[in-house]
Amino acid sequence: MNGPEVWMADNPALLTISEVERVFGGARKLFGGREPAVHAVQGLSLDVRKGETLGVVGESGCGKSTLARLVVGLDLPTGGTITFNGEDLSALAKRDRKALARKIQYVFQDPVASLNPRKTIRTILEAPLKHLTELNADDREARLAELLQAVNLAPEFLERYPHEFSGGQAQRIGIARALAAGPELIVLDEPVSALDVSVQAQVLNLLDKLKADFGLTYIFISHDLSVVESVSDRVAVMYFGRMAELGPARDIFRTPLHPYTDLLMRSAPAPGRRDLLAEDASAELPDPYNPPIGCAFAARCARQSDLCLKQKPSPDEAQGGSPSHIAACHRPLVRAETLG
Amino acid sequence: MAAYIAKRLLAAIPVLFGLTIIVFLIMAMIPGDPATAILGSYATPENVAKLNKDLGLDKSLLEQYFIWLGNLFQGDLGRSYTLNRPVLDEVLERFSATLILAGTSLVLCSILGLLAGIVSAVRQYGWADKIITLLVLIGISTPSFWLGLLLILIFAVNLKLFPASGMYAIYGGGDLPDLLYHLTLPALTLSVVATGVIARLTRTAMLEVLRQDYIRTARAKGLSERKVIYKHAFKSALVSVVPVIGIQAGFVIGGAVYIETVFQWPGVGSMLVKAISTRDLLLVQGGVLVVAAAYVLFNLLADVVQTLLDPRLR
Amino acid sequence: MTDTALTAQAKPKQKSSRPGTLALLLNNTLATTGLVLLVAICLIALAAPILPLPDPDVTAPANRLLPVFSEGHLLGTDHLGRDLLSRLIWGTQVSLAVGLSATIIAAFFGSLLGLVAGYAGGRTDTLIMRGIDMVMAFPYILLALAIVAVLGPGLLNALYAIALVNIPFFARNIRGITLGLSRREFVDAARLSGKSPAQILFIEILPNVLPVIVITMSTTVGWMILETAGLSFLGLGAQPPQADLGSMLGEGRKILFTAPHVSIVPGLMIFVLVMSINLFGDGVRDILDPRLRAGSLTRPVARTAVERGNSEVPPPSGQAALLDVREMRTEFQIGTSVYKAVGGVSLGLKDGECLGLVGESGSGKSVTAMSIMGLVPTPPGRIAGGAAYLEGEDLFAASDKRIRKLRGGSVAYVFQDPLSTLHPLFTVGDQLKEAITTHQPLSGKEATARAIELLSLVRIPNAKERLSAYPHELSGGMRQRVCIAMALANDARVLIADEPTTALDVTVQSQILTLMNGLRRERNAAILFITHDFGVVSALCDRVAVMYAGRIVETGTTEDVLNNPQHPYTAKLIECVPVLGQPDRRLDAIAGRPPVVNNLPDGCAFADRCPRVKPDCRTGEIELVTSDGERGVRCLHPLSEGAAA
Repeated sequence: MNGPEVWMADNPALLTISEVERVFGGARKLFGGREPAVHAVQGLSLDVRKGETLGVVGESGCGKSTLARLVVGLDLPTGGTITFNGEDLSALAKRDRKALARKIQYVFQDPVASLNPRKTIRTILEAPLKHLTELNADDREARLAELLQAVNLAPEFLERYPHEFSGGQAQRIGIARALAAGPELIVLDEPVSALDVSVQAQVLNLLDKLKADFGLTYIFISHDLSVVESVSDRVAVMYFGRMAELGPARDIFRTPLHPYTDLLMRSAPAPGRRDLLAEDASAELPDPYNPPIGCAFAARCARQSDLCLKQKPSPDEAQGGSPSHIAACHRPLVRAETLG
Repeated sequence: MAAYIAKRLLAAIPVLFGLTIIVFLIMAMIPGDPATAILGSYATPENVAKLNKDLGLDKSLLEQYFIWLGNLFQGDLGRSYTLNRPVLDEVLERFSATLILAGTSLVLCSILGLLAGIVSAVRQYGWADKIITLLVLIGISTPSFWLGLLLILIFAVNLKLFPASGMYAIYGGGDLPDLLYHLTLPALTLSVVATGVIARLTRTAMLEVLRQDYIRTARAKGLSERKVIYKHAFKSALVSVVPVIGIQAGFVIGGAVYIETVFQWPGVGSMLVKAISTRDLLLVQGGVLVVAAAYVLFNLLADVVQTLLDPRLR
Repeated sequence: MTDTALTAQAKPKQKSSRPGTLALLLNNTLATTGLVLLVAICLIALAAPILPLPDPDVTAPANRLLPVFSEGHLLGTDHLGRDLLSRLIWGTQVSLAVGLSATIIAAFFGSLLGLVAGYAGGRTDTLIMRGIDMVMAFPYILLALAIVAVLGPGLLNALYAIALVNIPFFARNIRGITLGLSRREFVDAARLSGKSPAQILFIEILPNVLPVIVITMSTTVGWMILETAGLSFLGLGAQPPQADLGSMLGEGRKILFTAPHVSIVPGLMIFVLVMSINLFGDGVRDILDPRLRAGSLTRPVARTAVERGNSEVPPPSGQAALLDVREMRTEFQIGTSVYKAVGGVSLGLKDGECLGLVGESGSGKSVTAMSIMGLVPTPPGRIAGGAAYLEGEDLFAASDKRIRKLRGGSVAYVFQDPLSTLHPLFTVGDQLKEAITTHQPLSGKEATARAIELLSLVRIPNAKERLSAYPHELSGGMRQRVCIAMALANDARVLIADEPTTALDVTVQSQILTLMNGLRRERNAAILFITHDFGVVSALCDRVAVMYAGRIVETGTTEDVLNNPQHPYTAKLIECVPVLGQPDRRLDAIAGRPPVVNNLPDGCAFADRCPRVKPDCRTGEIELVTSDGERGVRCLHPLSEGAAA
């Protein structure tokens, strides 16, 4: 699946995220003071290039789902900008939500919950065609058949209700809906984590085929490193609302720079792997209401120094073998120490 | 915990203010001219104007509200023109009688309702459950004012076991046994509907809790079924039943209006009904305000109890 | 791309197991009785103008207070000599009309407010709900009284008052549901499909809220009739000569002692009317409420029912295992269909051994684990055959008391989601101490000391302080450590862990796995580890058993099964998982889906998805063939060493 990264690096950026921040809470209370605020995403900058699959990994609460919602315009950033083909996305979302929906679409984590239980599959798939395209009734009918064909579902499924489908089938319907209006970019938010492994492979293979057929760009969000590794051209590792490491998939997984990436990889169980790296139980996650001044990972990090505790590393503090491989770490790992 | 209670008390203040605004507005919306209503249609315009001025009705609504509120703070709710005594005195006197009746009913319905609900849930689909379910249905379908009349016919007129009306015997009454003797029928009548509602909710809450994962954990620990149901399940069920008891307090106080009328209990309810039919609006206003304030405080209490039970709410 | 979903069928519609709405309603005797009564009352009330009734308002002082069953006056007459039957029927008509209108008004405005508040959220929500709270701060009927006091007595005013005080009730209910729905993913999906907020609210959300509105209406309409009757009873509703049931009762009350029938008759009518509505309403609620419909509100009993019938109880395998499960079958009865979740599972566990039970969702692995100590909920579950021996003792034949002693004693469980498996209202310390003192006669102080010891054992820092923490105050990993500590409280011989790390993040998962691995070596406890993840199995288990459609299809040492799978299903399952460090590995998906366990095919359950299927796979019972002790495979055409699936 990993295309040749060389030409990919030359592709223009389709989506540019710069210094994006999303704060929840912090509203003024009735009697003075403010509610506690949480930075779900902070100081995040990255490009998504046309035709690539950008994988985003991280554990729960790292801000990856918030990022996904920001990109599709379901949520608006409280700071920074996101541009799509040079156009400001927040402004577009406010001005013309439909125009945005034509360009960027979304596939949800829970395939069954993303389908309205009281609508037939036809109604669900027709909605984007009606609202986002200019197709007439006949063209819509043809497009519906095309979509079902694309995701390998039988045409008679159109008249059925969501509860009649298995998770894998429901996720195909979700994908068909995302494809309906012909978007350029699709954000996949944990698209296979609710599925059984055998079905997961079906959906991953389908996504791969669709990408090639329709010339799509993916942002693929997952907590599962092996899945991300198998689908991504480039990978962003997130921790505590910030970017920990960003770079070509191969570089990240072969020679991680950030100790957190390394920890993630060594913690992931794999068939045939007997010994997992395990930290001490005292390694607690940072408190979002009381974030540390320095590197958020420092408290769990074996390589921490005074600098790590005092000062936040910039996103490109460390450089890897290729110039596009960067990490927010004062004391990055060197090659010899990593898993290889 | 003390901080939490203080916070809740503070939060109740705007609600209480809201109450005064609603009560004031309702009274201000009364169609027609109060002065004319009081003086009769033959009053001279001068007299009407003078009375309007005396009543403060020539001022803006906002000013009127603040004057009224200021008086309220000094305990002045005006004078009842039918009784010719201060509204507050009358209302407080009446309110204590209502409190005895409604309080007793609330205790009764909480105990009976919880018990019936638990039995019903534990013996789901058994005969006890079926009987309780049917009784609950009958209970919540019976008009309480009619039930009161039936009880009077049976227990007061035919069996002569309990008195038909009043709070104390006219001669030689006034002690506690006498009060209980008079209280039995109205308190029972008043608690019927609320008992049904609480029993129903307790049953559902218990059944819901008994399906939770942590009940399975309790069983996997090897706890006896008694502990599983009465310690683990009941505590959780109580968290969802307590606010319902708080809401039922409102229904019980409201229901007291009927029961007091039927049993001629000297409470706020029967007073309100009379005051409405005689258009003694100041009395209505005072009664509604005092009862509503008491209800707000009671719900506050229910909130605090719920928080004591459930650490997640703190 | 191996994919045959194009030909795969969606779940077939099964009419037999899911009866329709009306059939369900008619099955409910009480609800049907209510419906019949209600329809009868409504028909009679509606037919009042064409029935041969005397004018309800014509007074006849000569005929006053005639008793029931008088000549020409079936129900007698009132104090003005008016015919009670006629007044009753006309009065019922009025009461019904008023109650229904009040319900419709309250439902319409209340639901609208609730929908808007729940969907809009933010300031709109706060504003609407604060207003609603204000109205709710009044004791229910008191506000109605105040409104009537202002508007003046009258039937229409009473109707408005009752409707108004019920608006908050609807608004709150509907807001709650709407709020929940608007957070659902399908609402986001509709937004991304280009629908406007109004379209989303009324086209996407409203259809999902409607059943709740109907339920709420059906449960409140009786109440509304009671309340309007109440106002009339107090003389604040219907004014003479117009009469509803309440005002008839109110008038009758004045002559209660001399002519009780004048008040008893209308009261009885109100009762019958409201009762019929409530009976019917309950029936409607039972059908429309999905929780009740699925029967999920039935209380599970303390222990799974054992109904082995006449089937022979298999003897122990004779391999001196600590836990020895033999041919265990567990079924679920839902409606008329029987789901054979576990269809004859045999497995053994020796001291200090860790056995991984692997399978996809619906394979029956969790049910297997729960069945052993009778933790499968009954109803609908039951153990239909086989046996589970703990050190030779048949657990399915043991008394309830004995099982309680073994649960948490010799056999302890660790469950999947540590948040929902700990009781939210008790501190961690209380729950731990309870586990200890249930099985050991320790004093409070000793139990506390033991609890601290256990928390330190599972490497929880500041064990003593953590005793007074509530589960919600701990992180997911810490909670699971507490669960493990609880399972270790009484030196269990067997630990049954049902996906204990599935809900956790990877870094936390590796901590928990490492902890469990260390503990079992220290304490020589056997572990039955249920998971869907071969990676987790590799990290922990000595042996592995793979389950498919309720049966074990392959078993052997972990290394052997992973490196050299013999069942095509096992091979395929390993093939389709991406492996870290091998990004270019081709994922080989398994086409199709597992069979539903209420309708298992003859022969091999995997046959329809198997690339190596032959005609003989589809007939007869296929045995688990055991070779060299540890290794077993349930396949007629197993893969030979080194061959690909």
